[in-house]
Amino acid sequence: MYNMSLPWWAYALMGAGLVIFIAMIAISVRRHHGVKRSLFATPYTLWMIVFTVIPCILVAYYAFTDANGAFTLENFLNFWDSNYAKNQLYASMGEAASAYIMRGTVNVDTLVYSLWMAFLCTVICLLLGYPAALFMADRNMKIGSTIVILFIIPMWMNFLLRTIAWMSLLEDQGLINKLLRWLGFDGVRLMYNSGAVLLGMVYNFLPFMVFPVYTSLSKLDPKLGEAAQDLGCNEWRTFTKVTAPLSLPGVISGITMVFMPSVTTFFIPRILGGGNTMMFGDLIESKFLTEGNWNVGSALSLIMMVLILISLGVLRKFDPEGEGGGIA
Amino acid sequence: MKKTGLFFKKFYLGIILFFLYIPIVVMVVQSFNAGKSRAKWEGFSFRWYAELFHDRSIMNALQVTVAVAVIAAVIATILGTLAAIGIYAMKKRSQSMMMTLTNIPMTMPDIVTGISLMLLFLFTKVERGFVTMVMAHITFNTPYVILSVMPKLKQMNKHSYEAALDLGATPTYALTHVIIPEIRQGIVTGAMLAFTLSLDDFTISYFTTSPLVQNLSTLIYSKARIGIDPTLNALSTLMFVALLILLVIVNRRTADNAA
Repeated sequence: MYNMSLPWWAYALMGAGLVIFIAMIAISVRRHHGVKRSLFATPYTLWMIVFTVIPCILVAYYAFTDANGAFTLENFLNFWDSNYAKNQLYASMGEAASAYIMRGTVNVDTLVYSLWMAFLCTVICLLLGYPAALFMADRNMKIGSTIVILFIIPMWMNFLLRTIAWMSLLEDQGLINKLLRWLGFDGVRLMYNSGAVLLGMVYNFLPFMVFPVYTSLSKLDPKLGEAAQDLGCNEWRTFTKVTAPLSLPGVISGITMVFMPSVTTFFIPRILGGGNTMMFGDLIESKFLTEGNWNVGSALSLIMMVLILISLGVLRKFDPEGEGGGIA
Repeated sequence: MKKTGLFFKKFYLGIILFFLYIPIVVMVVQSFNAGKSRAKWEGFSFRWYAELFHDRSIMNALQVTVAVAVIAAVIATILGTLAAIGIYAMKKRSQSMMMTLTNIPMTMPDIVTGISLMLLFLFTKVERGFVTMVMAHITFNTPYVILSVMPKLKQMNKHSYEAALDLGATPTYALTHVIIPEIRQGIVTGAMLAFTLSLDDFTISYFTTSPLVQNLSTLIYSKARIGIDPTLNALSTLMFVALLILLVIVNRRTADNAA
């Protein structure tokens, strides 16, 4: 049905891997009268080397080389100054042409815009999601797991379809505008701007904030709050002195889970922003697939990876135990 | 005071849920709209559902999605379970090294994972398509399986494996009769997680397949660029209902087990 064929050397490689693995098991059986259990991880290790380590090395390789494979830092200089290549050309043409040299900031601007949007999205998700998680964890509510399931169900729907569904609400002839006109107002342009992109991002990532916070809040012993109130705290002080600090691991993990995918999202801006708003993910994708410039694209990916690692490191400072649980 | 507080809390949760559900409701309603326009209601009909089942590209994509998810989940579960047992038996240092290796694909943004795999396939001149998509899915699924199995291994009594060996069990027998039953719950969770992640994935599939072999996500993406196709509304409604039914069945079963 599908083209299942791989090049001959791929089969050779697989065969070699299998032979080595079987040989290792045979040796282990000889020496230890049984399979050493740590050998079980060998297929996985080999797999990860081929499909994670080598691809990462490839990204780094392309980032530091030019189209001919020679070492260069030009891709990174191109990041800071998107007219870098053109400027080099002008400079080589001498005095007269050098007047045209102008620094381009497209890439940096896109990065700053993405970080700003991701930051806004994280803040909004925290402001909307924290109270929701707090109320969900409230034992007086007696709704318990039903409400959790209600929050999970929308996430099961394909996120592309959910984002597309917003189009029919937001567009010029969409439901919101119809409602506005029916109420006697003028229609407003809701789509194809940063606001729509932000809405789409908050919509998609809000559950990632609610769940970790809810988990850390529902694990709290209710006796702690009661004790604080017995000792004379009012409700607000109980919250700020007891509940909020103890929910911090959940908040950190929520921030991580919202911020990381927001910076790198590339579908939402394209659908709801209509190409007017480019984010860093779009930039990387277009470098690879539209321009076919693997070298600059790889450099951008590398910059993104470094940024993510830095922010993860910073966030981990606040939650060294990894108590927030995160995705797992 | 208490009563109004409770009412306010319920009201707030209601608003958030309204926000989460409104696009889904709109989509479901539109799937029954007889006309093609999104803006106008032209009467109730099952027209888009009928067209859905006659649309070759959607049916193909559905097939690819399910096939990739099943194959990737099965391989990832085997690979991941074996790896977890192996890593658990390792010495402290190699153990933490392996866990770092496991964490790399989980912390990397999807787009970077997708691009790095695409570079691998382009560099080695492997034609992108069904097989490469399965390989990519196995790569991002396996760490999740390991992370679901690992806690179960840690909970297990360390000495029961050794006791089995002392009582004369071969390592293989001890593995299948002592370790595997103890960690079965983790394996099942990991497999389900892998399956759903694979069903839902867009970014990594987008970079590791060719336009000729599309799963549902990449197909939806390419259709969304042209303009909305009402058959997609019908499809998502069906998927939503299927998931709901699945959820009710699973809930019933766990409730029965608990009782």
